[in-house]
Amino acid sequence: MLEFFKGFGVTFSTMFKKVVTEEYPEDFPPAAPRYHGRHQLNRHPDGLEKCVGCELCAWACPADAIYVEGGDNTEEERYSPGERYGAIYQINYLRCIGCGLCIEACPTRSLTMTNFYELADDNRQNLIYTKEQLLAPLLPGMEQPPHPMRLGSDEQDYYVQGPELAKRGDVSDPVGEQVR
Amino acid sequence: MTLTQDSGAEARPVPAGHVRLTIDGLEVDAPKGELLIRTCERLGIIVPRFCDHPLLDPAGACRQCLVEVEMGGRPMPKPQASCTMTVADGMVVKTQHTSPVADKAQQGVMELLLINHPLDCPICDKGGECPLQNQAMAHGRTDSRFVETKRTFPKPLPISSQVLLDRERCVLCQRCTRFSEQIGGDPFIDLLERGAEQQIGVAQDKPFQSYFSGNTIQICPVGALTSAAYRFRSRPFDLVSTPGVCEHCSSGCSQRNDTRRGTVMRRLAGNEPAVNEEWNCDKGRFAFRYLTSRQRIIRPMVRGADGVLAEASWTEALRVAAEGLLAARAAGGVAVLPGGRLTVEDAYAYAKFARVAAQTNDVDFRARPHSAEELDFLAAHVVGRGPEVLDYTRLEAAPAVLCVAFEPEEESPIVFLRLRKAARKHGQKVFHLGQWTTPAMRRTAPERGAAESAAHDNLIRAVPGSEAAVLADLPDDVVAALTGGGVILVGERAAEVPGLYSAVSALAERTGAVVGWVPRRAGDRGALDAGAVPNLLPGGRPVTDPAARAEIEQAWGLAEGAIPARPGRSADEILAAAAMGELAGLVVGGVDPYDLADPQAALAGLREVGFLVSLELHTSAVTELADVVLPVAPDAQRAGSYLNWEGRRREFGPALDASGVLPDCRVLDTLAVEMDSDLFTQTPAAAAGEFARLGGYGGAAPPGPGVAAGEARRPAFAQAVLATWRQLVDESTLAVDEPALAGTARPAFVRMNAATAERLGVTEGRPAAVRTDRGAITLPVALADLPDGVVWLPANSAGSRVRATLGAGHGDVVGVTAADVPAGEALVGISAGSTS
Repeated sequence: MLEFFKGFGVTFSTMFKKVVTEEYPEDFPPAAPRYHGRHQLNRHPDGLEKCVGCELCAWACPADAIYVEGGDNTEEERYSPGERYGAIYQINYLRCIGCGLCIEACPTRSLTMTNFYELADDNRQNLIYTKEQLLAPLLPGMEQPPHPMRLGSDEQDYYVQGPELAKRGDVSDPVGEQVR
Repeated sequence: MTLTQDSGAEARPVPAGHVRLTIDGLEVDAPKGELLIRTCERLGIIVPRFCDHPLLDPAGACRQCLVEVEMGGRPMPKPQASCTMTVADGMVVKTQHTSPVADKAQQGVMELLLINHPLDCPICDKGGECPLQNQAMAHGRTDSRFVETKRTFPKPLPISSQVLLDRERCVLCQRCTRFSEQIGGDPFIDLLERGAEQQIGVAQDKPFQSYFSGNTIQICPVGALTSAAYRFRSRPFDLVSTPGVCEHCSSGCSQRNDTRRGTVMRRLAGNEPAVNEEWNCDKGRFAFRYLTSRQRIIRPMVRGADGVLAEASWTEALRVAAEGLLAARAAGGVAVLPGGRLTVEDAYAYAKFARVAAQTNDVDFRARPHSAEELDFLAAHVVGRGPEVLDYTRLEAAPAVLCVAFEPEEESPIVFLRLRKAARKHGQKVFHLGQWTTPAMRRTAPERGAAESAAHDNLIRAVPGSEAAVLADLPDDVVAALTGGGVILVGERAAEVPGLYSAVSALAERTGAVVGWVPRRAGDRGALDAGAVPNLLPGGRPVTDPAARAEIEQAWGLAEGAIPARPGRSADEILAAAAMGELAGLVVGGVDPYDLADPQAALAGLREVGFLVSLELHTSAVTELADVVLPVAPDAQRAGSYLNWEGRRREFGPALDASGVLPDCRVLDTLAVEMDSDLFTQTPAAAAGEFARLGGYGGAAPPGPGVAAGEARRPAFAQAVLATWRQLVDESTLAVDEPALAGTARPAFVRMNAATAERLGVTEGRPAAVRTDRGAITLPVALADLPDGVVWLPANSAGSRVRATLGAGHGDVVGVTAADVPAGEALVGISAGSTS
């Protein structure tokens, strides 16, 4: 008899506790700050890509989810500071296990992970994300590559003091003529 | 090598010519003169190194291989470089494994080498297969004490159209400069400046225009020299490596095909000590984009009633081809022209197809100027011969070599490297029967760094056409040198000079020298042995020998007397017969009519023949005229083997996925089935197996040719005798779509001596027109030491397609006049990269 009330007691007490059910997809609850979500290919402050196409992410990937082909920057057509850029960049989210080894391998901090987790589709093709989908959006002051290096004369300027150079550019050029 | 660790070994004597030393506590016997680093290698002790290369002379440039050495009980004051020190009796060596001193020294050197080395690894093409990267991980410190700014240079610096130099990455090991000086012999690249400013570089007006420059990319132990064509294309872990054999010439080099996702990304020289050692030429290394050329034929094509070639199914194409060939066979006969780029298996299939399906001996692989004398020579001296008679080793050991109608660097670069090695290492005398002192002749002169005038001694000059007479009357010293085990290398161009093959044959008999036939194309030698010639059946059996015919008929399951007893017609005769309407059908493989002696006659034959079947990789002058075009597989997508000039079988497997493409032997087999004949050559393995079972000819070799020596033509006023041969990097079909390679082609010039130039009224550096009634070639004049009244043109370079434009060849008389060309263009040679 006592057992009976004990059992209903649990049910009854739960009614006064905080509900843990997430109202997904009506609500869109944020993931934990360090959640391993969809990748992003970051940009330098002037919009040039940070990715140099080195394939270290593909090398590190235990699931073989990343495919990269390098390309040669020219003076006329420049996508990243330095000699090399990622001409083709694909991540296959059917394979990706979200381990994050790729972002640890990235030598330029180009590849990072966002908190976006809605990676489901009814089509395999759509789950192979290309470079255009993975690139970070252009923020104010950024310019769509290809364009020349705006923040310095060589890639070292970008790697060593990119943010400061960008700020300096903003101060001397408030309308963004230089950084455009 | 013997290892002895027990004390009882003291009693064992040291073998003759050996010394006994101790390395890391292991007692070892090593041959005298061996480098310490090699002895360590044999013991399985790896000492880190950069500059050391087994095929280059020791330099001791990088100092990475330091070890501690004790001699006669007294330690040497400082660690010693094991790559320059030879072994000695009683030496006690401690490597980094047992000696903290050696380990510290190596770490210190590594730290020093990395001081100015940029952190480029993520963007460097060498990353992942880099000796510096690997050894820094294995033997370096984790930290550097160097905090100052690194030395920088502008980069990358193109030192030729195919090699890029990055001086920041260079550790000054001098492998590239030593390779260029010692192996290639064309030191375009060298050390500049001194001290901290020391760097690798090229002269400002002289790029790295060597046929062997690609090897420096391969042996560079850092990413200082990289390939322009391979730049940023893939990483070592992307690549699937397959061993292969080069298809570009008859040297038979081993190579490594690196493929990524069904595309060949690069090719490297394979390690084959008996053939190419570790080297290859730039054509073999860089010319492979013909695989993905837009000219590639993927689907069979049939010429419809409207006269237009249209894609068709294999079934349809083979049916049309078989019906056409059967009708042609009944109407006037079918002949077969396989071309010279075939594997042995394919050549065998063509030879069998001709005899079984086409029922003729009209089959000739020679897609170049040829003669009946050549066939006799090949039957007497070449066919069926393996490397046991003459191979690279024997060639290198020979005291004297005479090159006849053969320009080794242009026609078989690895033979050239061997000749140069022999001349440099043990003073081999290399004589050339030719027209002018080519770069190759200068570099095979016996004395190292000999002055140009001294090098002329090894050139025996002959006016084109008179080579046979010159050969019959050689200087005594040449004959004497050849008599003691000499070698005569004769090229395919000998067919252009009447009597030359006979003269070679006679000279070999007179001096006892061994004859080597070095054709230009990879397939020529194999096609000869496989019987794709009018006078020989497979295995070198003469068509005229009834017993040999019966043997083949029995092996192939043919009725008695099925193989015609009369030798067939040569390629020229076949095409002439086709033009006259005496032949009704032709099956043509990889033949370029512009390579034949008379391109116009060849094209007329192809045009006039009733039914033309073409088996090709790319659209060509033949496919344009063909009734049925059947695509075949390139080497990268098939298995097979070549016979190189030695007669050595060089087998290779497919490097890429081979689905959707068929090798020639399979196409011919299916075509023959449609014609109610069986070849049993469905796969290369089946063809090779059957060919091997046939064996060689048991009868005596026929005597050599006996054609009288021809005479040189006499040029009249404003005329000259033409000398010509092809350059390695030129407008060849398999070098299409390779701008980087084409950029290192030697510039084309009209060459003549000063007296001839004066007589013809042309000036050095100014353009001259070489003309016949068919056309003219206009090129700048360069002076060279040719005989009087002779001009030289590259046979198939950009701006100089001799056969196609002039319809003339080696030994023909051409008109030469000064030409008017707009000023400014006159002073530059036309190189392939700048035109077309």
